[in-house]
Amino acid sequence: MIVCVKQIPDPAAPGALDGATNTLKRDGKLILDDSDAYGVEMALQLVDKAGGGEVSLVSMAPNGETSGLRTALAMGAARGVLVSDSALQGSDALTTAKILAAAITRLGGADLIIGATESSDGYTGTVPEQIAELLGLPSVTFAKKVSVEGGVLKVNRQTENGYDEVTCALPALISVTAGVVEPRYPSFKGIMAAKSKPVEEVTASDLGITPVGWAGAGQKISSITQAEARQAGEIIEDDGETFTKIVGFLENLKVI
Amino acid sequence: MTLNNIWVFAQVANGAPTSSTLELLTKARSLSSNVTAIIGGDGASAAVLGEFGATKVYAVNHGASLPGVAIAAALKSVIDGGDTPDLIMFPQNYEGRDVMSRLSVKLDKTVITNNVDITDGGDGVTVVTPIFGGNTLVATTFTGAGPFLAAFRPKSFVAESAGGPAAAVTAVSVPDLGAAGSAQVIAVHVEETTGPKLDEADIVVSGGRGLGEAANYALIEDLAKLLKGAPGASRAIVDAGWVPYSYQVGQTGKVVKPTIYLAAGISGATQHMVGMKGSKNIIAINKDKEAPIFGVADLGIVGDVHKVLPKLIEALKARG
Repeated sequence: MIVCVKQIPDPAAPGALDGATNTLKRDGKLILDDSDAYGVEMALQLVDKAGGGEVSLVSMAPNGETSGLRTALAMGAARGVLVSDSALQGSDALTTAKILAAAITRLGGADLIIGATESSDGYTGTVPEQIAELLGLPSVTFAKKVSVEGGVLKVNRQTENGYDEVTCALPALISVTAGVVEPRYPSFKGIMAAKSKPVEEVTASDLGITPVGWAGAGQKISSITQAEARQAGEIIEDDGETFTKIVGFLENLKVI
Repeated sequence: MTLNNIWVFAQVANGAPTSSTLELLTKARSLSSNVTAIIGGDGASAAVLGEFGATKVYAVNHGASLPGVAIAAALKSVIDGGDTPDLIMFPQNYEGRDVMSRLSVKLDKTVITNNVDITDGGDGVTVVTPIFGGNTLVATTFTGAGPFLAAFRPKSFVAESAGGPAAAVTAVSVPDLGAAGSAQVIAVHVEETTGPKLDEADIVVSGGRGLGEAANYALIEDLAKLLKGAPGASRAIVDAGWVPYSYQVGQTGKVVKPTIYLAAGISGATQHMVGMKGSKNIIAINKDKEAPIFGVADLGIVGDVHKVLPKLIEALKARG
């Protein structure tokens, strides 16, 4: 089982763009994307149910950062491959998918590859499906319930109006929605064990992928502007009677 | 450059093209007179697709296969056959994302998602993507040769009929997909909702974590019903299992632009704001006066939703 994880800047801190490159600043400490914690948990649960197997991680970062990977290792993943290369900055989603697909192949492939539906910082939302296409695998995106029965993958896939029941042969790739399972908190023992788990660091050229970064992207940033801000409204402390303010507001708009 | 040939990934729900489809067709025909709609299934909706600007329809009947892999393979075969689009526009939703991701690999072309606008100027084709909850707009220009692949958020454009004739339908068969085609839909489940649809309602009342517990969501439903609006939710309480996913407003849920949006117990995470910032009037109730939601509210009540909502509901009921 292989889980694709992303290490992102802490979402609690305000995001910023690097003025020189117009890319999201990812130079500080990176954490495990919350969206990916669900995939890691799902993989660990499926391995438990299967009674054997191992969860590996693949990730890509421009600066050799592993703190987010260590969180996933502390949850119970066995090992990781980090593709780290300053040339990766500015890579588009397709290049990212090529890198991760090559890292998955380097690990020898998997019965099931898990990703999140989208990351919490870049949220392009195409990488898992692109990886499946690159590896020639079937895929089920937006999985909200997952089981493996008799070697067949069964997924409830989120749709606009409900969900579809989907079956799929293995090997396959799925992207899981947030809330699909409750991610475990790493135990103290897990955190200690994670420190000695192997994380192999490779470059894009080790994987035979060039060009990467801006050179490989079929796009360039042409401008960045501030959107027109909404006018600040009236903010009032509730004194027990503020509901009348809301009633008045609705009356003014003639909806009541 | 000039966009001579634009494809739009169209979708049909309950027998009619979706609103996102009509929005994209309207925009596409302003950029080119040669617009093709791609549809999964048959060409039954060709009249409406033509009315909104499509001159041609490629209908891909993918059966029980998930559309992503099947439609992408069919489109690749059309492109290999000599009909090469300059631009393919996708709606930012499940099927759109799957098809464009698969196709981007087959064509070895980049994809740009989450856009709200597109222009075709002397410098090339440029799309606009809001980031940081919509506070910053990034304009990105495609480089190299097309086809350019871009996905657009719902309600980025206003759908207008062009009064065009029915589009000509060409059936496109799905090539052998091999192992990649093994995902099959075996059953479809629809979560029933009553009242107006969330993304079409004139009034939306949404609840979040501040409600405290799932049972209190009844306050949101009561208020929405009184105002003849639709109930919505933040991702936090959808993830917590209080309400179905179909209630979710935000980046990964529905994008709403109602006349009135009332957010109760929602702090205003970027993920949520992206889905509701376009509302004409925003009312927010939250006990934390530093909550980001107050930055976009026209009327903000710093208070306890458990106190304010019941009184508001009583007052509205008293009016009959």
